[in-house]
Amino acid sequence: MLSLETITNNINNWLNNHVSSTWATIIEMLIVGLLVIGLFAMLGLILVLMERKVSAFMQIRVGPNRVGFKGSLQTLADTLKLVLKEGLTPKGADKFLFNLAPYVVMCAAMLILAPIAFAKNFQIWDINIGVLYISAISSISVIGILMAGWASNNKYSLLGAMRSGAQIVSYELSAGFSVLCIVILTGSLQISDIINAQQNGWFIFKGHIPAIISFIIFIIAVTAETNRAPFDLAEAESELTAGFHTEYSGMKFALFFLAEYVNIFVVCAIGAILFFGGWMPLHIGNWQGFNQVMDYIPSSLWFILKVFGLIFLIMWFRWTFPRLRVDQLLNLEWKYLLPLSLVNLLLMTVVAIMGWHF
Amino acid sequence: MGAAYLLVLLFAAIAFSAGGILVAKLLVKGSKNAQKAEAYECGIPTEGTPWNQFNVGYYLFALLFLIFDVELIFMYPWAVVVKQVGIAALVEIIIFIFILFIGFLYAHKKGALKWI
Repeated sequence: MLSLETITNNINNWLNNHVSSTWATIIEMLIVGLLVIGLFAMLGLILVLMERKVSAFMQIRVGPNRVGFKGSLQTLADTLKLVLKEGLTPKGADKFLFNLAPYVVMCAAMLILAPIAFAKNFQIWDINIGVLYISAISSISVIGILMAGWASNNKYSLLGAMRSGAQIVSYELSAGFSVLCIVILTGSLQISDIINAQQNGWFIFKGHIPAIISFIIFIIAVTAETNRAPFDLAEAESELTAGFHTEYSGMKFALFFLAEYVNIFVVCAIGAILFFGGWMPLHIGNWQGFNQVMDYIPSSLWFILKVFGLIFLIMWFRWTFPRLRVDQLLNLEWKYLLPLSLVNLLLMTVVAIMGWHF
Repeated sequence: MGAAYLLVLLFAAIAFSAGGILVAKLLVKGSKNAQKAEAYECGIPTEGTPWNQFNVGYYLFALLFLIFDVELIFMYPWAVVVKQVGIAALVEIIIFIFILFIGFLYAHKKGALKWI
């Protein structure tokens, strides 16, 4: 059966047979680099269109439908427009930091892709501390955001960046604790181990009540971490124009925008891996027949379906909840979510030690 | 396949961003105008600099975050082995969380969590 795993193995074998091993490694690295860039561009195009279509669906309107078939080329046209816009640097801005910030945000968004398993045995680097690596890299983007806000020499930007920093930093704790719940169940930080442990059922079903609570906490925390509504105080249009990227225009703005959407994809991929088994098909205990039928659906399709399901959920939040105030936001995290996630962690430990999970 | 791929990803990110910015620079013929470089605000000239004193609340939350983030880092190795160690690990982590929670309650009582 044709799968991404066999394709990569074939390419690897072919290269090793035809050229020396050094050249094979170099060519493979080149292919990986090009694929990742292609993935970035595709994600930008698809997710922006999806956002607009989903918001149109929620508000009972049509959405973009002029460019291409049913508006499918709308984002391409928008990108072209952004490329043709002039990139301005405001007077009195810290030029070096102002120009560096989009690179930092993009690098953080790109590096986080390394341990994510897109399909069966299709992963850039199966690092043994995968989960820790992800939570470490994901906090780098805060530096880029603070840099952008600070360097812009604009009050809106600085206020937006400070809010964004406080928010990302706070919600990182809850996200981290809910990830820890799954680590306790698996006893490993490696992504492939976590997925293989879900062979006979996804963790959201296997992990009892604590897993469900930690999934709810996780989805709230990552919505806040990616600065999405209802937690979009950092770029609350009615009070801060555009938050930390008020002064950015043209391609630099496009990079921030793209990094934001890639981050949504990445956090949804992590959520899918931890709670819904990543590429693992829907398996129920030892129902052999049912499991075999499910195995016929390719693993990459399972992964994409789960990730886009979660992305749809996060987009749904945007159109159903009103925006929080900054004190409400910090209260929600520090007075409710953080104690709850600590208690949930202890509950999960008891469940894991007693072996009450399936 | 190793840490070399991190460099590949880093390089891909830089190439992608730099390529985009460079292409935009080559295609666009901007016009020079002193007004364009003004800070985006409300129309009248900007008053003062944004780089001055700031609400202390942000720093308080950052300090509190540091406490819990270090706690979180300590918990990663614990979480990996807790199933093998069993009840002893659970008791130890309850004591650990309890001590930190007293500090958290102290900060709460001092009003560090109240947004001004």
